[in-house]
Amino acid sequence: MPRISPGLTQKLALAGIWGTGIVAMLILLVIVAYVLVKGVADLDWALLSTAPRGGTSGEGGISTVIASTFYLIGLTMVITVPLGVGAAIYLSEYAPDNRATRLIRYGTEVLAGVPSIVFGLFGFALFVTALHFRFSILSGALTLACLLLPTLIRTSEEALRSVPHTHREAALALGATRWQTVWRVLLPAAMPGIVTGIILSVGRAVGETACLFVTMGGSTALPTSVFSGGRTLSMHLLYLVMDTNAFGKALATGLVLIITIVAINAATNWLSQRFRARMTGGA
Amino acid sequence: MGASDAKIEARSFSFYYGKRQALKEVNLSVRENQITALIGPSGCGKSTFLRALNRMNDTIIGARAEGQVLLDGQDVYAAGVDVVDLRKRVGMVFQQPNPFPKTIFENVAFGPRVLGLDRQLSLDEVVEKSLRAAALWDEVKDSLSKSGLALSGGQQQRLCIARALATEPEVLLMDEPCSALDPQSTLRIEDLMAELKERYTIVIVTHNMQQAARVSDWTGFLLLGDLVEYDRTAELFSRPKDKRTVDYITGRFG
Repeated sequence: MPRISPGLTQKLALAGIWGTGIVAMLILLVIVAYVLVKGVADLDWALLSTAPRGGTSGEGGISTVIASTFYLIGLTMVITVPLGVGAAIYLSEYAPDNRATRLIRYGTEVLAGVPSIVFGLFGFALFVTALHFRFSILSGALTLACLLLPTLIRTSEEALRSVPHTHREAALALGATRWQTVWRVLLPAAMPGIVTGIILSVGRAVGETACLFVTMGGSTALPTSVFSGGRTLSMHLLYLVMDTNAFGKALATGLVLIITIVAINAATNWLSQRFRARMTGGA
Repeated sequence: MGASDAKIEARSFSFYYGKRQALKEVNLSVRENQITALIGPSGCGKSTFLRALNRMNDTIIGARAEGQVLLDGQDVYAAGVDVVDLRKRVGMVFQQPNPFPKTIFENVAFGPRVLGLDRQLSLDEVVEKSLRAAALWDEVKDSLSKSGLALSGGQQQRLCIARALATEPEVLLMDEPCSALDPQSTLRIEDLMAELKERYTIVIVTHNMQQAARVSDWTGFLLLGDLVEYDRTAELFSRPKDKRTVDYITGRFG
């Protein structure tokens, strides 16, 4: 077999890398463009401002669905972020390196790989049934919290661990307590990594359907409290595709979903930058 | 050695990492307003000794101290000693310049802030005073809101010195503070140390014997956890008494 020259290998490798990169980007671009082009036709103010009315033609809009989505995400994050970041701080800064800690870490890794519908069943059994929260946004949010916590803990812990050890030493040597070190030095430095974890969590929360049908029900009424049932954009999208012939509306709903995710990402980034600025003085 | 002017005094001080003994019954007096240098080959225990003085080794699992370290006559390893208070009195500068990813101002204000000072006027004052003391004020007074990481290596190290001075310590510990710096920056730090000893007691660990000879008043030579020799710097370098010291300073090992 003739030996391929290093120069040619280099060219082939480069072409391969570019090729795979372009293919990956194209797939993404085609999906977004398809939803954008097809969905924008049915996207109007009426869709955004009226509630779904049901029927096989999928009458009505998605106003209450949008409201439920934001309600659910807000509640989920209020529960998940403090718990997840708190657990990460404990694991990376306080927990002794012993068998119990390693077991917790291993447990979170395993939980991160469990299919979401299993969490849905758990949420149905515990929150909907045993705790009598019924089909509600609260049940949905708690279920999502269980689903998202392992990933958020892992990403936040990694972010905290990647802060150079010298920062910890410097803070301690200046008379800072452990908590002051965490709050004033480690969290600001780890913020970009933690925010990435939060954004990924939000994206996953917005995308979940099955585990929410069994915990939130699917009511299209405007939620009035955490005990109201609800239907998120993804759930409504599934309903439109499976139970109606309003495919145009489904695409428009998908477009709103994409815009929502982009908006939440931007908002999260903005918030974290403000926190960083306050803690680091704009550095 | 009269203990009357000793700022810090180690008495039969031993230190262990798990089973390994890193320091063996070290007796050493650090005199007030003098620069004491600790030299020795890698792993001789000089950094361990330095970090024992403000109990930075406490966080290492399995680390254990025996004997006493007296700061103004009080054992810093006694029960009930407040480590935060100890570290306020005994500041530290590290081998790698390690400013926080914060502004120059916030870096210097960090210590005072965690110790409870939050009046902006007082902070302004402390920051300026500390930066002046670290000979950095003129270079950064117009860019206090820039990131500390934007400074050069030598400036970063002086920022770290300013940060340590901001808590108004009595003792300054320096762990090979110039090993990551170019010769020019090293010289500036050494000049600065000569100024600082007017007001602070300084202990410096260095693997650079010329540096020890240049800056310090007293030098201790450690080898495998033993304090082999401790004397006035001029004396130790010109008339070392122990054969191992002779071998080390003439470059026969280490």
